[in-house]
Amino acid sequence: MFKILQKSFNVGTVTAGYPEVAPHLAAQFRGCPEFDFDAWSDARPAAEACPTGAIALRDLDGLRQVTVDYGRCIFCGECERASTDGAVSMTRNFELAVSDRRDLVQIAEYALHPDGTHASLKASASGPIIDEPGKRIAEAIQNLLGRSLAIREVDAGSCNGCEQEIVALNNPVHDIERFGIHFVASPRHADMLLVTGPVTRNMELALCKTWAATPAPKVVVAVGACGISGGIFGTNYASLGGVDAVIPVDVYIPGCPPRPEALLHGILLALGQLRQRLGSAQMKLRI
Amino acid sequence: MTTFFDELHGRFPDLVCSVDEPVCDQVVVLLNSPDVTSIVRHFLVEHEARIVTVFAEDRVSAESVFYNYYVFDRPGEPSWVILKAPIPEGFPSFPSLAAELPSINWQEREIQDWFGLEAVGHPNPRRVALHDNWPDVHPLRKSFPLETALPPFEGEQHVYRPTHGEGVFQIPVGPVHAGIIEPGHFNFAVAGEPILYLQLRMFYTHKGTEKLFENLPIHRAVFLAESISGDSAFSHGAAFCQAIERAAEIELPARAQFMRVILLELERIANHIADVGAIATDVGFAIANVHAGRVRELVLGLNETLTGSRVLRGMIAIGGVRRDWQPDQIEAIEKTLKVVEGEFRDLVAIIQSSDSTRDRLEHTGLLRPDKALTLGIVGVAGRASGIDRDIRRDHPYEAYSQLPFKVPVYQEGDVRHRMQVRIDEVGESIQLIRAAVSGLPEGAHRAPVQPIPPGRCAMSAVEGWRGEIIHWVRIGENNRIERCKVKDPSLNNWPAIVEAVEGNIIADFPVINKSFNLSYSGTDR
Repeated sequence: MFKILQKSFNVGTVTAGYPEVAPHLAAQFRGCPEFDFDAWSDARPAAEACPTGAIALRDLDGLRQVTVDYGRCIFCGECERASTDGAVSMTRNFELAVSDRRDLVQIAEYALHPDGTHASLKASASGPIIDEPGKRIAEAIQNLLGRSLAIREVDAGSCNGCEQEIVALNNPVHDIERFGIHFVASPRHADMLLVTGPVTRNMELALCKTWAATPAPKVVVAVGACGISGGIFGTNYASLGGVDAVIPVDVYIPGCPPRPEALLHGILLALGQLRQRLGSAQMKLRI
Repeated sequence: MTTFFDELHGRFPDLVCSVDEPVCDQVVVLLNSPDVTSIVRHFLVEHEARIVTVFAEDRVSAESVFYNYYVFDRPGEPSWVILKAPIPEGFPSFPSLAAELPSINWQEREIQDWFGLEAVGHPNPRRVALHDNWPDVHPLRKSFPLETALPPFEGEQHVYRPTHGEGVFQIPVGPVHAGIIEPGHFNFAVAGEPILYLQLRMFYTHKGTEKLFENLPIHRAVFLAESISGDSAFSHGAAFCQAIERAAEIELPARAQFMRVILLELERIANHIADVGAIATDVGFAIANVHAGRVRELVLGLNETLTGSRVLRGMIAIGGVRRDWQPDQIEAIEKTLKVVEGEFRDLVAIIQSSDSTRDRLEHTGLLRPDKALTLGIVGVAGRASGIDRDIRRDHPYEAYSQLPFKVPVYQEGDVRHRMQVRIDEVGESIQLIRAAVSGLPEGAHRAPVQPIPPGRCAMSAVEGWRGEIIHWVRIGENNRIERCKVKDPSLNNWPAIVEAVEGNIIADFPVINKSFNLSYSGTDR
């Protein structure tokens, strides 16, 4: 017993301070890719390299529409590698959670040269709206839920990669309980469903029942490329695609898997949604 | 190989058509009948072989047949034997071997469900990979398009074996479980506290992975391989890339082989540390898991330094690895390992100092060696039950033949020793990585890859942290994949849990389950 205490004492505090303190990222860490639409001379190599169809092209009458969907992106870096014009670069940004699925999509339109390269950028609609969840989140939860946000995690068909990082939220480094957030064993006890995907045909019923068993007001967070869009699995005979194909989703957290800080960012954002849903004056919060 | 063919042809003149020249480490024996019973017995008895996997392939459009492939591992022989048995399109059935070989029980039923080939005489021919309420479809037939939208399920739900008797109850658990784990259904029959028997229902996370492989170009399929089981992303990626490399006869640069070994062992270390902590948690010793979670973070940080991803994604590529390492990255390996080694030693000491923890772990979830052998248990669970088998040593790949390591084997077969195998393996892996780092050759990290001629087939095996991972591929036209068979070690090992829980109290189920820590997604694909 003494040795156990001694060990804990010697180790000291290991908990990281995210979101107040920037997370420790390795120099090699890959966040999401960034696209310089003006400088992009040819989107075809990147689209060909992309394993999940996050970069999609549609050519028609000398025009090309390029769709970039961060909800499908797995941050592999192949688009950057394939693009020789330097218009695609990997960033260290991982705080990508949004409440509107459309905010994860960027669209650019190009006029084309006869050889298929881009002649000029006609239009672009871009920029995921970065929802700022704010820094005083512990205070917010305390006000809202009496120091308690209960999350029920549901694996609706994932490869278990997201589960690894969700489990890591509970370790002493990420220590999600410091916000008063904890994972519960039953949807009946939950305020939030944290759902990974793709939603398989075989899990559709279980997911619906879990959602129905969660008392209102509740929020649903779709985790990872597969939870958002079906990811590399997409939609097929056994997969229904993203979580919102089955139940309504409030927040989407991109990544494959999203690192623990990215999960935390999305969960805090979803808390804002929950606040809106509760919406009563006495519960007014300052997130 | 003439002698091997002569021997087989002499014994089975009507059955054995030809034996291919061995490709890499595999010999393919082409048969002319789906009835493999006699030749399988021959391999089991005379060669003391072990059946590794059985799987099917739809070659109807090209050859008007299906094939069943039976893979055998012979003790002391570096090469695998693959029996290839044709099944005529017009008579889609084959004799079942599951009564004699329980390890292929589910695999034969997969073939029934996915290909519509009947396993005649199967002791339990019910559906397994497609649930009972699915319509009558066979998704891995070439005539079935991947994107087929099936109608809402209306068929009958699965009926579990009933439980009768005074004071005997059923406890249904899942598919949504209490912890942060994957979905599956456990149906316990209990008499008071002790478990009488456990019925399993898996394949909740079946997402058409093997079919999807057939619809992706090879360079994209690597990422699908990483998503078969997220906790084994690099191992499954390596198994897939190796299969392609063997089919394409790509020689891997020495540096890439060593880099892969280092990353495979880091995956093993990270998962074993997590399991050791989780086993302690499941007997109420939470402080050990807190330390394990902290130590594991150190390994994940190193993973990120080496690959850009905490869980080793986006690194492996056909022909090597995607990114080379700079000197500072290589230095980070030893720097981290040194800390991890000391911290893990302290963690183990903390667990071993607790008598009450040891009491809960010893003799719990017993899997006796004879049962483990019959059930064909692989990996950590096998080695804790006397099965001295490790692909890294028995069928060396990458740089493993050049590196020293020991394979821990115990006879006890309880939770305590499944944990001990992991503890020993963490130590071995650390030494293995050190040897690989000091011997890391200079040179290219990735071989150039040319378009691969269609029709080539190859199998590969990787000892993932959980156990033996098998991938088999046939290359198709235009650098695509015609068929990819994936066998995760979990598929073999679920029956071990059924065996190990019998007679234990239900409260010990979580720790028994965790001591195997099988992948639902790897099983269900």
